[in-house]
Amino acid sequence: MKGEKIPSYRQRLGYHSGLLGGIGMLASMALVITDVETRDYIAEAKAAEQRVFLNQVMPSSLYDNDPLKETLTLADPETKKDVLFYVARKEKQVVATAYKVFGYGYSGEIALIMGIDRDGKVLGVRVLSHKETPGLGDKIEVSKGKWIFSFDGKSSQTPDNAGWRVKKDGGIFDQFTGATITPRAIVKAVKQGLDFFNVHKTEIMNKSLPAEPPPVKTSESDKSHT
Amino acid sequence: MMSLHEYKVLARDGLWDNNPVLAQRLALCPALAITTTATNGLGMGIATTMVLVITNAVISIFRNVVTPEVRIPVFILLIATIVTVVDLMINAFLHSLYTVLGLFIPLIVTNCVILGRAEAFASRNEVLPSAVDGLMMGVGFTAALTVIGAIREIIGSGTLFANASSLLGSAFSFLELVLIPDYKGYLIMMLPPGGFIVMGFLMAAKQVLEQRAAKKAQEIQQTALMQQT
Repeated sequence: MKGEKIPSYRQRLGYHSGLLGGIGMLASMALVITDVETRDYIAEAKAAEQRVFLNQVMPSSLYDNDPLKETLTLADPETKKDVLFYVARKEKQVVATAYKVFGYGYSGEIALIMGIDRDGKVLGVRVLSHKETPGLGDKIEVSKGKWIFSFDGKSSQTPDNAGWRVKKDGGIFDQFTGATITPRAIVKAVKQGLDFFNVHKTEIMNKSLPAEPPPVKTSESDKSHT
Repeated sequence: MMSLHEYKVLARDGLWDNNPVLAQRLALCPALAITTTATNGLGMGIATTMVLVITNAVISIFRNVVTPEVRIPVFILLIATIVTVVDLMINAFLHSLYTVLGLFIPLIVTNCVILGRAEAFASRNEVLPSAVDGLMMGVGFTAALTVIGAIREIIGSGTLFANASSLLGSAFSFLELVLIPDYKGYLIMMLPPGGFIVMGFLMAAKQVLEQRAAKKAQEIQQTALMQQT
């Protein structure tokens, strides 16, 4: 570009703005095309990710439906948020449910997913996201230790209300040396999640089956070609 | 048309002489934030290289159409669009890379290396050399990030290439090494101060190596001169 004579039309205002507009249009086209082409793949990848988490707190051997497709939303007046329950059925009976709960640890919000069976027993709890201190609070991750398994099999009755605390506060759950706030927050969140489940237990367990979509009519003539 | 020699110069530039992180000191923010493990550094480097090659090529295609007056908005518009397209593609087809990098892919838009190469090279050169320059700068960036990540990971948690299989596929799980078993680790290496320290030492080491090479070259020149007289 240096030293060349710039054609006069390129110095006109119309050229600059036309150029910007033209490139803007090209950019928009590229974005729309990419979005349309990738939308399905992204949705699939997200569902696969969710299934991995679901399987960790609700073993897939327990159910025969797709919990991602059958959900129940209930409002929690205490947190003012809606809770989304993934409903698992075996032979049309509700056998378990999984849902997200939130705790507030040392460095902010901790998102957890927990699975509960018909009897109100915890099937499993996993941490989805957190900002706790690496090396101290992050032992709540399943990859960093077994602490998160200490909720398996517990319910609102075992232990009782006093037991649902860290050992330092008189309960039965271990805390970490140098980090008490993080496990305390998770114990509280899991207990609150259990209590919320118990309040709505009948509603969840007796949830009606989702309406069956009408059977897809396949053309009868196609069968003769197979 | 560029000769093979000129392409070699491009390669040397991107990988060492003009390394985006260690020489140009650009893109230090992602370089520090993401390099807690070698795998993270490698992943970020790969994503940035993809973007760099495409943006350099596209901007080079438009180089005779764009006027100096509006070139900055045009470059930024193109870069932002390309990063968004790459982000959607990675989310759709390389989902494991996407979960590792997360928020850092859109942040590639602000990566100074991209706008820097667009302005300094792609807007003045043909398409193929621009693409090669983008590739070499990207590889240099990736190398710098991987080395910083590796050092921080080894000193910080005793492992190397942890989670390589989730980034590159299970075939690469042999890369995941635990170099120091039962290692408590120096936490500072996983936090930003550790990043700054490692980067500082690497930049200093690069200077030392270059000065030694320059001194040697000078000595060889002097002995050659003396032999002639």
